[in-house]
Amino acid sequence: MTATKTPTERPPAQRVVRRAGDRLFAGSAKGSGIFILVVLAGVAAFLIGEAIPALTAPAEDVPGGEGLSGYIAPLVLGTLLGAVLALLVATPLAVGIALFVTYYAPRRIAAGLGYAIDLLAAIPSVVYGFWGLAVLAPALVPFHVWAADHLGWLPLFAGPASTSGRTMLTVGLVLAVMILPIISAIAREVFSQAPALHREAALALGATRWEMIKMAVLPYGKSGVIAGAMLGLGRALGETMAVAIVLSGGAGATLNLISSSNPSTIASNIALRFPEATGLGINTLIASGLVLFVITLAVNMLARWIVNRRADFSGAN
Amino acid sequence: MAKRIEVSDLNIYYGDFLAVEGVNVSIEPRSITALIGPSGCGKSTFLRSLNRMHEVIPGARVEGKVVMDGQDLYGADTDPVDVRRHIGMVFQRPNPFPTMSIYDNVIAGNRLNGKKMKKAESDDVVERALRGANLWNEVKDRLDRPGSGLSGGQQQRLCIARAIAVGPDVLLMDEPCSALDPISTLAIEDLMTELKDRFTIVIVTHNMQQAARVSESTGFFNLNGVGQPGRLIEFNPTEKIFSNPDQKATEDYISGRFG
Ligand SMILES: Nc1ncnc2c1ncn2[C@@H]1O[C@H](COP(=O)(O)OP(=O)(O)OP(=O)(O)O)[C@@H](O)[C@H]1O
Ligand SMILES: [Mg+2]
Repeated sequence: MTATKTPTERPPAQRVVRRAGDRLFAGSAKGSGIFILVVLAGVAAFLIGEAIPALTAPAEDVPGGEGLSGYIAPLVLGTLLGAVLALLVATPLAVGIALFVTYYAPRRIAAGLGYAIDLLAAIPSVVYGFWGLAVLAPALVPFHVWAADHLGWLPLFAGPASTSGRTMLTVGLVLAVMILPIISAIAREVFSQAPALHREAALALGATRWEMIKMAVLPYGKSGVIAGAMLGLGRALGETMAVAIVLSGGAGATLNLISSSNPSTIASNIALRFPEATGLGINTLIASGLVLFVITLAVNMLARWIVNRRADFSGAN
Repeated sequence: MAKRIEVSDLNIYYGDFLAVEGVNVSIEPRSITALIGPSGCGKSTFLRSLNRMHEVIPGARVEGKVVMDGQDLYGADTDPVDVRRHIGMVFQRPNPFPTMSIYDNVIAGNRLNGKKMKKAESDDVVERALRGANLWNEVKDRLDRPGSGLSGGQQQRLCIARAIAVGPDVLLMDEPCSALDPISTLAIEDLMTELKDRFTIVIVTHNMQQAARVSESTGFFNLNGVGQPGRLIEFNPTEKIFSNPDQKATEDYISGRFG
């Protein structure tokens, strides 16, 4: 009641009252966080430990006889080539689909289309592999021939055109279909959450629907689309089965997308060679796995950096 | 140029629900018209039907006529996008585009339709609009900062700047001061009084003093019960509405006996 409280009587303001539920949640959240880090560190330690023999071995002992980097480099190129091709094809398509579903299609069609795209994600990758081999590859042969004739001046289409269609181009397209649902699902989600407040602001200024999308929807959804694209890229980089089935890999490093001699990808190479590998061969494969691990990690960090770069203008504040 | 809006027999629907019924009114140019009435009586709905923002909501539609200086706004060959370019709108909650700088927010409407402007020209438009909205002195040194970094009152004035930058004929404002402190409110009221020389202004407000202070004419909306359509009960010069209204309901509402 009185104003003459001595300092000792002051309530301990520093001690925060915490409920049991809060503590439980904080504890379990922290626990899961630590668990994930431990698993990640364990995987990295295993990969590094098993890769060391291959790193230190003399060049002629490594399979292929051209040293570790000579073995892995074409695989890295193949991995990146297929995944980037898939990303370049899938991202615009996914954004287009997401915009159509959220802002253009009549509601009934939108729901059905969204559902159909989601179903693509439920198809096992073996099925994609066989589809690529049996349907897409033969169907693309004429395009391979056309590209070799008309775009042959580009290193990407230098030819000679494959007659089977089992090429990096086909793999890239199969991967594109595989990652399409991931990217479009995330894009759809973020686009549909673009605040009505800002969409109406654009329309009230006299924006057409497309202008409204450019002003209020795309900027809002940009970081989500990037995150989705990176998830898709991660999936494409690591995809094993579909690539192993479609690609007749094993050739050296080349940018040529349409000839029948292609580099393989890291993941599919491991899957194909691991059963018969022995000794240093295993270490070499694991070293290539380590490289894939690092690439994927770098992709994710890049995505995070892009997403955070213009946080000021993101609308989160 | 400020223009007159004539509304006849306007019915406004959300799907099958008739929200506003039978509005007949003539809104004078170069003046401020205030719309008052209890919550849910359809003031916002009516306001949004004036620049065809109503139909943006799925299932929403309108019957009747809205004519602006001879042009039927709901005519078959009238493009809603065009209507909205000529009839600007300021919303209840300030809504600057968060991904754009202050400068880009102001010029956003002028950049629509692929219009290209010289830098000097757009600088000029931005400065004039911001001065018009009484915001220039506060933001002239940070035009490249995000608009969402301003205070609520500044954001609302930014939205007004954005709306007047395109040079509309009419300015619709839906409770533009409801989220603002008394000082920002006065600033915006002063601004409206300045702007009415150039625009036809329609403002929805819950603040009787505000309606009495700024407007020339006042319309009172009311509804008979839940689920009933709202109606424009009385439309008269503001002085008359606040001293000697024609309708008993208006007097009751203004004197605080209900609503
Ligand atoms: N998007 C909508 N869908 C369906 N009905 C709506 C929608 N918006 C408003 N309504 C209904 O239309 C009627 C009028 O609403 P309106 O928002 O125009 O009222 P108001 O007079 O602006 O109220 P307030 O003063 O609270 O803003 C209400 O019955 C409301 O429930
Ligand atoms: Mg309202």
